[in-house]
Amino acid sequence: MNREAQLEAIFGAFRGTEGPLLPILHEVQHTFGCVDPAAEATIAHELNLSRAEVHGVVSFYHDFSATSDPRPCIELCRAEACQARGVEALVPAAEQAAGTRVKLKTVYCLGLCSVGPAARVGERVHARLDSAALIKLVHSV
Amino acid sequence: MTTVRISDDAVALACGADDVATAFVAAGASVERVSSWGMHWLEPLVEIDGIGFGPASAADVEAILAGSSDKRIGPIAEHPFIVRQQRLTFARAGKTRPLSLDDYVATGGWAGLTRARSLAPQVLIEEVTGSGLRGRGGAGFPAGIKWQTVANAAGARKYVVCNADEGDSGTFADRMLMEGDPFQLIEGMAIAAHAVGAGRGYIYVRSEYPHAIAKLNTAIKLATVQIAPFEIEVRVGAGAYVCGEETSLLNSIEGKRGEVRAKPPLPAIEGLFGCPTVVNNVLTFAAIPHILIEGGAALYDSHGVARSKGTMPVQLAGNIRHGGLYETAFGITLNELVHDIGGGTASGRPVKAVQVGGPLGAYIHPGRFDIPFDYEAYTVADALIGHGGIVVFDDSADMGHMARFAMQFCAAESCGKCTPCRIGSVRGVELIDRIRGQGSAAPDAVSRLPQMHNAAKQAPTREAELQLLEDLCETMKFGSLCALGGFTPYPVLSALKHWPEDFA
Ligand SMILES: Cc1cc2nc3c(=O)[nH]c(=O)nc-3n(C[C@H](O)[C@H](O)[C@H](O)COP(=O)(O)O)c2cc1C
Ligand code: SF4
Ligand code: FES
Repeated sequence: MNREAQLEAIFGAFRGTEGPLLPILHEVQHTFGCVDPAAEATIAHELNLSRAEVHGVVSFYHDFSATSDPRPCIELCRAEACQARGVEALVPAAEQAAGTRVKLKTVYCLGLCSVGPAARVGERVHARLDSAALIKLVHSV
Repeated sequence: MTTVRISDDAVALACGADDVATAFVAAGASVERVSSWGMHWLEPLVEIDGIGFGPASAADVEAILAGSSDKRIGPIAEHPFIVRQQRLTFARAGKTRPLSLDDYVATGGWAGLTRARSLAPQVLIEEVTGSGLRGRGGAGFPAGIKWQTVANAAGARKYVVCNADEGDSGTFADRMLMEGDPFQLIEGMAIAAHAVGAGRGYIYVRSEYPHAIAKLNTAIKLATVQIAPFEIEVRVGAGAYVCGEETSLLNSIEGKRGEVRAKPPLPAIEGLFGCPTVVNNVLTFAAIPHILIEGGAALYDSHGVARSKGTMPVQLAGNIRHGGLYETAFGITLNELVHDIGGGTASGRPVKAVQVGGPLGAYIHPGRFDIPFDYEAYTVADALIGHGGIVVFDDSADMGHMARFAMQFCAAESCGKCTPCRIGSVRGVELIDRIRGQGSAAPDAVSRLPQMHNAAKQAPTREAELQLLEDLCETMKFGSLCALGGFTPYPVLSALKHWPEDFA
């Protein structure tokens, strides 16, 4: 399926939805790995919004990105409770293990605050991470 | 065949519950996936005929089945951590399969909704008001009064919106409820819909909770008939903390930037798509079904103290030995929560500080661990109960760094609508860096020019910088539109007040 057809399929799934922009953006981000300016323009046309309005929304939320990043991504929680359980000490070695191959993204809280340090790779969650476990996780993705 | 019960809550999964479950199946046992008891230090927790084993790994399976495991903790329901609680909202925790309608009905499910629908909306709202239930999302606003406002508001279309954005570090009760007992939330929302005359509801869940999203979507499908004609849809957030603020959340559902709206108008009058809207936290809605059963409101009101009625699912997090979910009547002290129940720090070192109420809550010094858990008592102490998260820090914590982090978090998550928050937080980070000797305030070349009459010619003193930080916090407190900018000063100033040595 080409890009236009994919976008059209996404739009079709949300016709009749109240406030469809966020669900559409999630779907576009999921399908293409980003919401680039061309997609913004198409979405704006579909929803009868200005491109500025769509861009404003895309740029507001941390989950949407303008360019895609093909690297595997580990979301590491660095919020207060995980800091209290020592996540900061794990970061330098994890960054080194990740190098340029793996994206180590900081997030704030995964709801695993009693068993941190915690990380997420897609739908899979990891807890009680120590340095060795986090480096192993980096190498495994 | 032996039946083994293992939780499928995200904490259990993150600690390896799936591997343990697979190993039990391989050993010939039948495995039932249930909600979590909330004793997170014991996850993955295995239950066989009421007896618990934990934290279990696949390697323990053989010994557990043979009855020779040293992971045995005895009868789970009699564990001191469970026995001391008053579980109303989490009454089913650990006991039922989250997506089993049979389990739900067998444990009293839908009784609240059935009774609620036999009552006139006005009577129902009065019961909720009479129970003393206050919003569990942070502000503690009486739920019944909010519902009354929506019920009274004119409008053909009304909405019920559940705030499941749970962004506060140290909180996970919403997540546990959505993953462990989703029908209870759905039932609570359906009761609210009957009370205010709403036809549609949304649950706004943060994207960081994929398991909760999946469970809710399935649960909503399964419950369609029970809640009809009311309909619920899950909306997924997009990684913005501020979208937990109710008006920002409504903008987000509408497909806009998650900018905070000025109040008035209240969402109860002009909320989602301009229609009267009930916005409540997950735990607020989840308390409704058991309040609405015969005698439930009076039972709820009989728990707690003063104006903080009922129970609070407290979340014990951070550097604590026995972390997890502890539902208890209001009035309990931090000493009891952190030491008696939580067992002190996980690291075994002395407790240095506790942050209650998430990133916007004050850091509380052990010297004040005697304040009772009560909305008003916390307000008087310049602290915040918020969503009931308690994050423990041991003596290795650097409170100057935590103060800086509070400002940094505010800068990262500010919606940008008002200046004290958007710019003040960035300046706050710089200022704390300078106070901590990691940045220079020496006047630059331009400031030193003779024609720059008003520019400082010397680097400010430490006293002047500290004064500036207090002034900045004052401006943020009183000049911000919402609590993100308005409450960030609490962790900052409390850290500065109790641990000034960490700012050297
Ligand atoms: C920055 C900010 C974040 C918030 N985050 C949440 C949240 O994650 N969950 C929540 O229920 N309430 C949150 N609130 C409080 C909501 O604005 C609102 O008071 C609440 O949803 C009302 O429901 P309740 O009365 O049942 O507590 C937040 C408020 C602010 C200012
Ligand atoms: S205080 Fe911050 S988050 Fe709140 S409205 Fe102002 S800029 Fe937005
Ligand atoms: S603070 Fe890290 S999971 Fe909540």
